[in-house]
Amino acid sequence: MGVAVDAADIALLEDVARGIRVGIIRGVNEAKAGHLGGPLSAADILAVLYFHVMQIRPDEPDWPDRDRFVLSKGHSSIGLYAALALRGYFPVEELLTFDTFGSRLQGHPDMTRLPGLDMSTGSLGMGISAGVGMAIGARLSGLAARTFVMLGDGECQEGEVWEAAFVAARYRLDNLIAIVDYNKLQQYGWQGEGPDDRLPPAWPGELAAKWSAFGWRVLEVDGNDITAVVGALEEATVGDGRPVAIIASTIKGRGVSFMEGRYYWHTRPLTAAEFATAMAELGEPVTSPEGGAA
Amino acid sequence: MTLPMGRAMREAFGQTVSELATSNPRIVMLDADTGSSTKADIFQKAHPERYLQMGIAEQNMLGVAAGLATMGFMPFVSTFVPFAVVRPLDQIRVLIAQTGLNVKICGGYAGLFIGATGKTHLVVDDLAIMRAMPGMVTVAPADDVETGQALRWAATYEGPVYVRLVRDATQRLFDETYSFAPGRAAIVRDGGDVTLISTGSQTPRVVDAAELLAARGIQAYVLHVPTLKPLDVPGIVAAADRTGVVVTVEEGTVIGGLGGAVAETLSEHRPTVVKRIGLQDVFGESASNSELLELYGLSAARVADQVQAFLEARVTTDHASNSMPLPQLGRVR
Repeated sequence: MGVAVDAADIALLEDVARGIRVGIIRGVNEAKAGHLGGPLSAADILAVLYFHVMQIRPDEPDWPDRDRFVLSKGHSSIGLYAALALRGYFPVEELLTFDTFGSRLQGHPDMTRLPGLDMSTGSLGMGISAGVGMAIGARLSGLAARTFVMLGDGECQEGEVWEAAFVAARYRLDNLIAIVDYNKLQQYGWQGEGPDDRLPPAWPGELAAKWSAFGWRVLEVDGNDITAVVGALEEATVGDGRPVAIIASTIKGRGVSFMEGRYYWHTRPLTAAEFATAMAELGEPVTSPEGGAA
Repeated sequence: MTLPMGRAMREAFGQTVSELATSNPRIVMLDADTGSSTKADIFQKAHPERYLQMGIAEQNMLGVAAGLATMGFMPFVSTFVPFAVVRPLDQIRVLIAQTGLNVKICGGYAGLFIGATGKTHLVVDDLAIMRAMPGMVTVAPADDVETGQALRWAATYEGPVYVRLVRDATQRLFDETYSFAPGRAAIVRDGGDVTLISTGSQTPRVVDAAELLAARGIQAYVLHVPTLKPLDVPGIVAAADRTGVVVTVEEGTVIGGLGGAVAETLSEHRPTVVKRIGLQDVFGESASNSELLELYGLSAARVADQVQAFLEARVTTDHASNSMPLPQLGRVR
């Protein structure tokens, strides 16, 4: 949008990202299930999208002119739910129903249950295709709406991603912005030197080269640096006839020291002690012995 | 006497969707590089700005259709059945069926008449697959008249629909007085000796078979089932009650398709012996249309012979004690 940002805005967005991380930890801890590493790596990008970039109306989730967001890496749903709750789509306390029977907050995003979701996702590689459809639809409808799609770097192993990339460039969809959460780990991956070492899903430079070769305008950014993410997204929304891929380099598990860069925190329940440590690191120390949030 | 030939369903498809799009600006056509075969090219000529070439990339095409549907468009997705149903099946499941989005999946070159392209393009189980998909309306029109009506209905319905379309001209079963309705089977012939239930472009051949049987003194009741989902359960039960002897005939595998649907329905509501004519757990092969119909027992003459043999065997034996053979593997015969 080209809205000027100052230090106070950045501080606010950083606090939103912290709030998203708190929501992730609380939701997954309560459910004793769900993903951690991927949602945590994406939290800063989600904060900037939902609190700075996207034109949306939380009190009118189906507003036709709204910008669209598709979480193609649908297993990071709790991160999106936390962003939506903080933005006012539903009460923050509902995050504690995540993944439980009857909840609107399904394990993977279900647009038929929760207002504010522009697409159901969870089977990897598909969200970007839906995003292409939304971008074509916006153009055919004469809408200024932009479509943002977040993918994982592991997800880019799916062939459908490149089918979509090809078609988006062919249609010159500069109203489509893909953000790759390049956290350099996938669920299990290829083993590296030690038993807990894993090779990244894509080598350094590989994703940028691929998206560029498919005809996309590529921006590379530190995806855990709010100021940098703001700059990249603002640059991305100035169209030049090409779809835009932002390769956002992140740290999987970002914000919780013992999760950062460790593949096995992709999805794993927390012990009470781990929960307490995580919450303390995020600035919301646990006070009750049951592990409820302060 | 046999039924006359009609137009090819693909012609009716291209023409009908083009006409619908003239009055409905939200209709778009998605094509995976087969428009000159499926007759999506008729739509392209009429509405070039709403014809979307998606290239040879069908998984993405189904996803794009879902995205367009969320923007208020009504995408008709067109390519050959293997690439409209089987290849992008997970995209259909997650993005279209689970969401209930308003996408019409139009499977061209359905059934045996595929221009002798062989087993990769001859899908035997599309009806079984789509019928089993929660929320997917599954339509197999009998002829060009019913194709046009089914597509017009689909454009009034908000939700996913699969329509099976045949490449070559087929026999015409219905005149313009016919009225398609989802979940309503059509009684196309009355008779008291045996009930024949069919679907898609096989039904005209079954009507011809019934005439052959009549010449042999066997009067067949023929029920055409255009929608495998929703299924006309009362119509199928009444058809079974009419004669007490049921034979299903379909241009596809008998497992899970029409034969499966009828057997399921009758075992629950009116236990009846059901003979299922169709492909017996095999894939197809390259051959002319008439050779394929003979090979799989689906020509009018072969259907009549099988029905007659079934009825005669019922008189002399109780239940056949066929044991199930092992699946036939894909080796050279």
